Amino acid sequence: MTRTMQAITRFGLLWLILLVPTLALAQLEPTLEPAETMVALVEEAAEAAEPTLDSGDTAWMLTATALVLFMTLPGLSLFYAGLVRAKNVLSVLMQCFAMAGLMSIIWAVYGYSLAFTDGGTFNQWIGSLDKLFLAGVTVDSLEGTIPETVFMTFQMTFAIITPALIVGAFAERMKFSAMLWFMALWLTLVYIPVAHWVWGGGWMEEMGALDFAGGTVVHINAGVAALVAALVLGKRKGYPTTAMPPHNLTLTVIGAAMLWVGWFGFNAGSELAANGTAGMAMAVTQLATATAVLTWMFAEWIDHGKPSVLGIATGAVAGLVSITPAAGSVGPMGAIAIGFLGALFAFLASTKIKKALGYDDSLDVWGVHGVAGIVGALLTGVFVAASLGGVGLEEGMTMGQQVWVQFVSVVATLVYGGVMSFILLKVVDLIVGLRVTEEQETQGLDLALHDERGYSL
Amino acid sequence: MKLVTAIIKPFKLDDVREALSGIGVQGITVTEVKGFGRQKGHTELYRGAEYVVDFLPKVKLEIAVDDSLVDKVVEAICSTANTGKIGDGKIFIYDLERAIRIRTGEIGPSAL
Repeated sequence: MTRTMQAITRFGLLWLILLVPTLALAQLEPTLEPAETMVALVEEAAEAAEPTLDSGDTAWMLTATALVLFMTLPGLSLFYAGLVRAKNVLSVLMQCFAMAGLMSIIWAVYGYSLAFTDGGTFNQWIGSLDKLFLAGVTVDSLEGTIPETVFMTFQMTFAIITPALIVGAFAERMKFSAMLWFMALWLTLVYIPVAHWVWGGGWMEEMGALDFAGGTVVHINAGVAALVAALVLGKRKGYPTTAMPPHNLTLTVIGAAMLWVGWFGFNAGSELAANGTAGMAMAVTQLATATAVLTWMFAEWIDHGKPSVLGIATGAVAGLVSITPAAGSVGPMGAIAIGFLGALFAFLASTKIKKALGYDDSLDVWGVHGVAGIVGALLTGVFVAASLGGVGLEEGMTMGQQVWVQFVSVVATLVYGGVMSFILLKVVDLIVGLRVTEEQETQGLDLALHDERGYSL
Repeated sequence: MKLVTAIIKPFKLDDVREALSGIGVQGITVTEVKGFGRQKGHTELYRGAEYVVDFLPKVKLEIAVDDSLVDKVVEAICSTANTGKIGDGKIFIYDLERAIRIRTGEIGPSAL
């Protein structure tokens, strides 16, 4: 036992030692001023010209959109399905599938319009209703160099996965009807405004907050809603004294693997073009995730004595989350640092802090998405610096200022998302009630709510 | 007639079945069971949540045999299910009052 521990500690140290020089190397990168000037000139020229459809960009974005939907169906669904008990496996699959249906329609009716149009006087806070029912989104309309239909559908897949992430927090105990009510209201009053703040020209974008693919909009937002939902609904019956082990980790690993692959669509797709930034986003996504996987594996090995399959899969998700806001701004070595710290904090949050505080965030949505999302959002402000291998800070911005801007956007999302989620849950509780009865909970949601069983063996 | 009930390690089931067929046992009923004896359980850890698993999976065999076969059956099970490690299981032997073959109505040893 001691020998194993020593070996592991040595591995862990080696791991840390590897990180330091990589960061140092990142600082040695030569400055590429002439090239940058060229790029700026080319960009100016491009801006002057009327945007036209680029078939390369369009082909990539069609693919990326499919990849992001694939993250929810079946990626996240399977990831969650394996983590619950056998009697609830269908209920989480059902909840994720229902999100794909409900959110698509809400997005088309008013979501896209409110998030991505100019809201005039209120543009700081929310968009307009100009594109209600997708008015004006035609075969010919463009968003940059891609069809607006593709852009709208790409953003729709984000509006699907974000509520689906929250499902993990109240798994095994929430009424299906209450879940639909809460999610529809949450998308409307939380996701859509925050998406507008960050990507639709709202105050966070104006402030200069960097959130390439959705650290605040998707992960911190879903994470804090999850934490609040876990607290408002209360613990599952028997938690934590009754054993509630995952019923099928094979499904969970398949789901995590699909998330990893699909995330290239999420991060590299967020550039909305097939170009160098998309390429770098892909590379840094892979590197941060690889680092996070190893970090979680060794952390558990050192802490518990054995590396676990659930741990390595969770590490992958933590890494993917932490690089999400940073994917378009940081370089490869910054990504390694972000993946390492994102996974380390998520590990502590979901294996130690949750146990100490005693709340039942059943599938660790807050511990993984919330915490790694915050780490990623804050570190984006650090590793964006050209001296650390990133694309460089905005002119006139210091690293301290950028980190402060990131911090403000994180806190604003936490406060707004947290308070609104609390209010919405209370409202839904009054209308339909949030929890199933104790009897239904014991029987399992599959039979109690859907008259079906996942396994007839 | 006797009813022999044996609790064994699941992975020994095939060996035991072969040995019993070899000495002329005509039928066995097998059930997957859980239980505990002197063998300790194990712990499982999922994202920091530790569960102690007290009940271990075992296989229960029920074998109805004529008195003349009992010692051979016990010997066959003992020799094949033995790993020498704690948790190999137990054998219980009961008197069997009657045995009836449902299809023919035969009663007694000829029904086995």
